[in-house]
Amino acid sequence: MSVELDVFVGNTTIMDKEVYQLWLNGYTVNDAVKVRIEGGVMEECEASAEVLLSDTMDQYRTFQMCERLLHHPAKLANQLLFQIPPDRQAMLIERYALACQFNSLDLVIIQFQTFICISLFRYYAFDDSFVREVLGKKLSKGTKKDLDDVSIKTGITLKSCRRQFDNFKRVFKVVEELKGPLVENIRQHFLLPDQLARDYAAIVFFANHRFETGKKKLQYLTFQDFAFCAGQLINNWTVGAVDNMMEDMDVDLDKEFLQDLKDLKILITDKDLLDQHKNLVCTALRGKTNVFNEMEANFKNLSRGLVNIAAKLINAKDVRDFFIDLVEKFIEPCRSDKLTSIDVNLYLTHYTNSAHILDTFKHHAVWTRYMGVIKSCILRMYHD
Amino acid sequence: MPGKLKAKIVAGRHLPVMDRASDLTDAFVEVKFGNTTFKTDVYPKSLNPQWNSEWFKFEVDDEDLQDEPLQITVLDHDTYSANDAIGKVYIDIDPLLCSEAATVISGWLPIYDTIHGIRGEINVLVKVDLFNDLNRFRQSSCGVKFFCTTSIPRCYRAVMVHGFVEELVVNEDPEYQWIDRIRTPRASNEARQRLIFLMSGELQRKIGLKVLEMGGNAVVGYLQCFDLEGESGLVVRAIGTACTLEKISTFPATATHPNNSSPSKDMKEPGFGEEAPGVPLSSGPPTPLRAQTFSSFSPSKSYSRQSSSSDTELSLTPKTGMGSGGSAGKEAGPLKALLRQQTQSALEQREYPFFTLTAFPPGFLLHVGGVVSARSVKLLDRIHNPALGNTRSYKLLDWNSFTADEPETRDAWWEEIRQEIKSHAKALGCHAVVGYSESTSICEEVCILSASGTAAVLSSRFMQDGPLDTEHRLSRQPLCVFSTGSERVEGDMGSSASLGFEEVVSPGCGFCHIPYDELNIPFPAQLTYCYCCRRYKVPDVLFTTIDLPTEANVTGKGCLIQARLCRTKKKAQGEGNATAISSLLPFLEYELHTQLMNKLKLRGMNALFGLRIQISVGETMLLGLASATGVYLTALPSPGGIQIAGKTPSDITYEQHISTMQKKINDTIDKNKELYEINPPEVVEEIIGSPIPEPRQRSRLFRSHSESSDEVSELDLSHGKKDAFVLEIDDTDAVEDIHALLTDSPTPAGFYSCNTEIMPGIQNWTSAIQMFTSVRVFRLNANLTNQGLNKIFSDLCENLLKSLYFKLRSMVPCCLCHLNFTVAIPEDELIQVAVTAVAMSFDKEQPLENGKQSGEKTLIKAITENDEQLQFNLELNAETSSHNPLSSPKGLSEVGSHLSARASSLEKASPLPEGRSRSLRSNRSYSGSSVAVVKMTPLSFIPGAKIIKYLGIINMFFIRETSSLREEGGVSGFLHTFIAEVFAMVRAHVAALGGNAVVSYSMKECVFMENPNKNQAQCLINVSGDAVIFVRESELESTSVQTQSATTHTSNGGEGT
Repeated sequence: MSVELDVFVGNTTIMDKEVYQLWLNGYTVNDAVKVRIEGGVMEECEASAEVLLSDTMDQYRTFQMCERLLHHPAKLANQLLFQIPPDRQAMLIERYALACQFNSLDLVIIQFQTFICISLFRYYAFDDSFVREVLGKKLSKGTKKDLDDVSIKTGITLKSCRRQFDNFKRVFKVVEELKGPLVENIRQHFLLPDQLARDYAAIVFFANHRFETGKKKLQYLTFQDFAFCAGQLINNWTVGAVDNMMEDMDVDLDKEFLQDLKDLKILITDKDLLDQHKNLVCTALRGKTNVFNEMEANFKNLSRGLVNIAAKLINAKDVRDFFIDLVEKFIEPCRSDKLTSIDVNLYLTHYTNSAHILDTFKHHAVWTRYMGVIKSCILRMYHD
Repeated sequence: MPGKLKAKIVAGRHLPVMDRASDLTDAFVEVKFGNTTFKTDVYPKSLNPQWNSEWFKFEVDDEDLQDEPLQITVLDHDTYSANDAIGKVYIDIDPLLCSEAATVISGWLPIYDTIHGIRGEINVLVKVDLFNDLNRFRQSSCGVKFFCTTSIPRCYRAVMVHGFVEELVVNEDPEYQWIDRIRTPRASNEARQRLIFLMSGELQRKIGLKVLEMGGNAVVGYLQCFDLEGESGLVVRAIGTACTLEKISTFPATATHPNNSSPSKDMKEPGFGEEAPGVPLSSGPPTPLRAQTFSSFSPSKSYSRQSSSSDTELSLTPKTGMGSGGSAGKEAGPLKALLRQQTQSALEQREYPFFTLTAFPPGFLLHVGGVVSARSVKLLDRIHNPALGNTRSYKLLDWNSFTADEPETRDAWWEEIRQEIKSHAKALGCHAVVGYSESTSICEEVCILSASGTAAVLSSRFMQDGPLDTEHRLSRQPLCVFSTGSERVEGDMGSSASLGFEEVVSPGCGFCHIPYDELNIPFPAQLTYCYCCRRYKVPDVLFTTIDLPTEANVTGKGCLIQARLCRTKKKAQGEGNATAISSLLPFLEYELHTQLMNKLKLRGMNALFGLRIQISVGETMLLGLASATGVYLTALPSPGGIQIAGKTPSDITYEQHISTMQKKINDTIDKNKELYEINPPEVVEEIIGSPIPEPRQRSRLFRSHSESSDEVSELDLSHGKKDAFVLEIDDTDAVEDIHALLTDSPTPAGFYSCNTEIMPGIQNWTSAIQMFTSVRVFRLNANLTNQGLNKIFSDLCENLLKSLYFKLRSMVPCCLCHLNFTVAIPEDELIQVAVTAVAMSFDKEQPLENGKQSGEKTLIKAITENDEQLQFNLELNAETSSHNPLSSPKGLSEVGSHLSARASSLEKASPLPEGRSRSLRSNRSYSGSSVAVVKMTPLSFIPGAKIIKYLGIINMFFIRETSSLREEGGVSGFLHTFIAEVFAMVRAHVAALGGNAVVSYSMKECVFMENPNKNQAQCLINVSGDAVIFVRESELESTSVQTQSATTHTSNGGEGT
């Protein structure tokens, strides 16, 4: 005696958010039922475990059917298989929007799109701990095979890991070919909200350049730290950043700029210039910080580190080590000297500005473009 | 001859990748109608082709227009090999043939393949130019409107109800043709789909002809069914009620109506409120009978528009009665008889005085007798198909042609059953049968034909003889029946005033008054005086197949009542099998009836509406499922409790056992009374002795054996003694009954359920509706006893209901309306239950004393749930902007503004007018969004909205097959997808007709077969309904001007024959 077949299809698709999240997290049907029972939905609705199982299986099936559409979100807007905006949803959103004080026009459009978008957000949302593991790795089959290790390490189910990985890969594949601003492309093709699109842009950018993020020294950095840095790089160092023609892709760094960076070497190779620079910085800093002595002692060292990083960036191989270099050459020395982030900010500000006063230094534009990003990245990364 | 069909292929989207190498498709389209085919150009290398074709024109007979669907095939062009078919779209152009329905079909329709399901969409435009055909001998019936709705459609009024129409066509099933062995499953499925489209078209055309012949212009309550008889063929049959309808032109009447969206009000008003005056007396050449009747009347009283409840014609009777009658004491009888005779004779002229309607204009339904049903077991292997190789073979099997012995066999079968029903109705003193339906259950070569309805007495108001009707119909000798008049003497109430009063005051209770002669009751019944008017006799219990009349006086709320039964049967072949089934049937019916009666009493109710008894036959078992909505009719006496009596009172433990059970039952009854708010006013009882003083008689069955394997039985209303309905517990059956009674779990708080159109006691529906279909298949173990089977079957239904309640918990407080269960035995040891219903939420009205607690509880529940969802949104947002250290509102607005940007670009900046959000939203649901929302409901109305136009009938048949069952998620995954696809296709076709809802939707057939070993499954689904345009009542004011001009434009198309 067994239920051979059990389906429920509504004219408007019913999706339970709680179950959706469980499905996204990669729970099996049975585990999901357990979680739901613990959640107390049974007492609330006078239901039995049997009913719950049937409902959960049904929901899972619906999500699986939706999944095909979720892979091509642009199709969602005019798909016919699921009739989505129920009145009830509208009512809820209204309440929700009221709390957030939206104006009424937004409201209407949100009602129409929200259900789709909520499904999408959830489907494309990822765990920071997971993405931290694969950030900068090649989105290849090889990496995918290693996901079980990631799953064990992070405690996220393998199913969920796979979905998240496949999402990265899918987004990567689509935007790789596209011209124009990266974030905007992701937003358009996957209908994702701004922040999520930015995160995906960071992931794509990291995967493209294969930035090293897994070294022990980098472990203290969170995904959001990296995402912030990626945003800085995308906005300032790519071709799209300076050229509004959007001819090239946002994914690649501006080769010309990287070439020009080599010219900065003069700051450390020319002894006079280096001394001059040091003097200017020290004059500006004197009396403004408790760690002046350390800064003075370390100046040449730090300056060499930063300029060397710049000079090496033309090699793709060295680009990968960008973050580890920043940590080793700058952040660690500063930290051992017990500089606070205020000190670092002060130091970098004067370090950047002083270079412009140097008589023989001509590469002001490149310097500004380089140091702007370096400064904000270092400040973001300068924590425990 | 005349008709020009035009089609234009605009574009495609989301096409599947057909060329692996390029990941693209070179698509083109074939447009076929009849034997003519057009092709578009190939649109190379695109998944979103833009064909923008010319107009393809087909010049065809209107007969073909009715029969044939427009067939659109999307193909992938291949230079070297044969072109691959992507999928097909069948478009039923019938809605375009009626001037009052749709004018154009335009929109995105899913491209469907029987193996792969939906594969993208195609945008088409279809129009028809119809020339007027005045040929008397034409074979077409263009312009006759069809409605699935089993009441007079909302924006029409009935000028006349002509009566029963039926037709059936038979053909070989392509699945069983020899060619099926060599063709692909796809080709076979497509042949079948196409054939059924053709057959339904033909059937509709033929029914239309009959309607025209009767002088009508519409078919209401159109019910079409398929019998898949396997080897012996495919039968498509249909029944309906022919009517002359008139569009109500005073459309904005309700616009001035205050905006409280109570559907019951809405229902009554536009339909019938204004039709009362003049209709019956004004027009038409009166037949001799009519003339006779009316000649004695002197209509001195003017008709009053305001008296909505009155039946104007009948209200005149007292005065004229005085004049014509001799003595005051006796006149009641003859006059009544005269009246009855008049309506009777109008009906007698009809072959079958049957009506598929379940709801009626006020004043139409006078009395209800009870349920009449007939069943017959037939063997299918007796008939052999003449070998017909022609692809259009169905044409040869025409009603009038000589080779038509086939349909005639089927016709003869049905004729037998209908005669039976007719005679049962007569036995109940009724001349008509309402709420009539027919069904079959087939297993191998055995077929059970069933028909059921409610015997009733109708007013003649809507039933003048049609002018064209006479020649054909009058040739039949009117059967003489029921000459009650002279014998009937009602001593104490013979005054003419009271007679008139009866007919006038009746709306609330009149239909309950017995139509049969008190002294001549065809079965034992306990009669009392009506608890409303105290003048006429009513039975103690009333069973009907119709909807609860809107004007009925009801106490409390109603609820779904089901009797479920499973009986094992020995495996047998042929004649033996049929005989075995025949002999089981009456017991099955008897037990179902007993169960219904017990459950009804347990709920403290006294009447059943919408009774539907389904008997399904399998190889080793018979399944019976009776569903109905129980209510407490104020006019009927309060039901007594259920008393358990033991046979051996000596044993003390036994006594105790009985008394605990008794207590349980009493408690349940009390609880139910509270739950359904049944607290009838206390009245002094005055029981009139039953003519047959047999208190324990529970019900009686009429059984009449006809030759061969026929078995016809009738269930009629039975009775129990007023104060105690005794269940003897000495036999195991009774124990089982009691268990079954007590195991039905109550509906969770906040839920109500019924299988009728409306739920008494609930008025203030919100606009939130959710139609759904749920299917379950249960595998049984071999060798189960009857009891075991019963329990399993009962649990299956109960669990299904519980699942539904859980699924729909977010809609609380809500009512599941029109819960329609369909059972089948697809294979040995498999039971399939399919449910289609609509959940409608309602605003908690001013809570009544006893309903208060539960009401508040559910309200709180709803609120907490809403909060949960709210949290979801917030949490979600926090997630997406988790790094953002700012407070959530900013994050939200960010998402919000982004959304708005996206959405507006997607919608191609639909012109949303500035204004309040309310109007904006409603606009959107109508036309604003890129995919229009189409509501679906099995009911004939949409709460809080007004149907302004019927666009035509939707009748679609789909087959889906797979040979990769596991890959598609097993049987559940397969069926889930298929049903979702069917919904999507129905919605798309309705939207293409310009509609925004389907009413009276039903899934007639859901035949599912699987072969897990071969990884295969196949499913057939047939759905139907009426495509409509509705507007929200709140919007009505603004749109009324517009629509009014539209409605006045339309003319009565079908009447000019």
